[in-house]
Amino acid sequence: MYSKALAPLAIATVVILTATFALVFFYAPLDADQGFVQKIFYVHVPMAIVALGGFVAGGIFGIRHLRSGDSSWDLRSYVAIHLSIILGLGVLVTGAIWAKASWGHWWVWDEPVLVSFLVTFLLYCVYYPLRFAIEDPERQARYSSVFAIAAGAFVPLNFTAVRLAEAYTHPRVLSQTGGDLPSEMRLTFLVALVGMTLLFVTLWKLELTAKHASMQLKKLRRRRAEREAVAA
Amino acid sequence: MMWLAAPALPLDEAGKYVAGAYVVFLALILIYVAIMAAKLARIDRELTELAEEDR
Repeated sequence: MYSKALAPLAIATVVILTATFALVFFYAPLDADQGFVQKIFYVHVPMAIVALGGFVAGGIFGIRHLRSGDSSWDLRSYVAIHLSIILGLGVLVTGAIWAKASWGHWWVWDEPVLVSFLVTFLLYCVYYPLRFAIEDPERQARYSSVFAIAAGAFVPLNFTAVRLAEAYTHPRVLSQTGGDLPSEMRLTFLVALVGMTLLFVTLWKLELTAKHASMQLKKLRRRRAEREAVAA
Repeated sequence: MMWLAAPALPLDEAGKYVAGAYVVFLALILIYVAIMAAKLARIDRELTELAEEDR
């Protein structure tokens, strides 16, 4: 059900990510200001964009769940949010490493981009206790979807607020028009973004497949137990 | 905003930070894939047991 095209996706992910690393270290030029440290940009920023996209996708799947009542959409939403939290953790750690290398501090509290991402990450950390505190599966799915939608709407709002506070943020290296990135850096960044997106979709499908298989196994066990009870 | 004017680190010092960031990324993915592999192995084992019990 969920495993369709998983193998070609996985191969494409490995190929694109390998190409990304090659481009980052052998093609993209060194940044004039930051030097070699700027290479962190190619893992940190795509990871952040994909994580935020995953949170929004979780909200969209939540809407589809509430509209259709189909629990498979709730599962899609849960896995998307789960993966985004994992990537979000990566964003925070790589961001802290980049901050230490560039600014001499692991964390800077007056940097809106960092703090807004932390706020988003902490918001989504609430998702697990909320979800698993509810035992009834239907209520669990419904409440989780409502949370996913509300928090998913917060993500672009938060992003817009940070952009509006432009005067206080660090220099922007990427905008809708391509920002100030030289063409080699832009190409490397776009390949990294495609690679990270493919990685997200592959892992999302992999986890969905595993969860679906686990649920099918439980169903089989339940049916078998029912058959045995009738026979007895 | 003093840190914006910080000079670029020399390659030998910057290298460990860049390596650290990429290792964090790879470690996250590897740990995740390892957990998923363990889950799939458990499902496979339980499915085999179920099939054997039904024989």
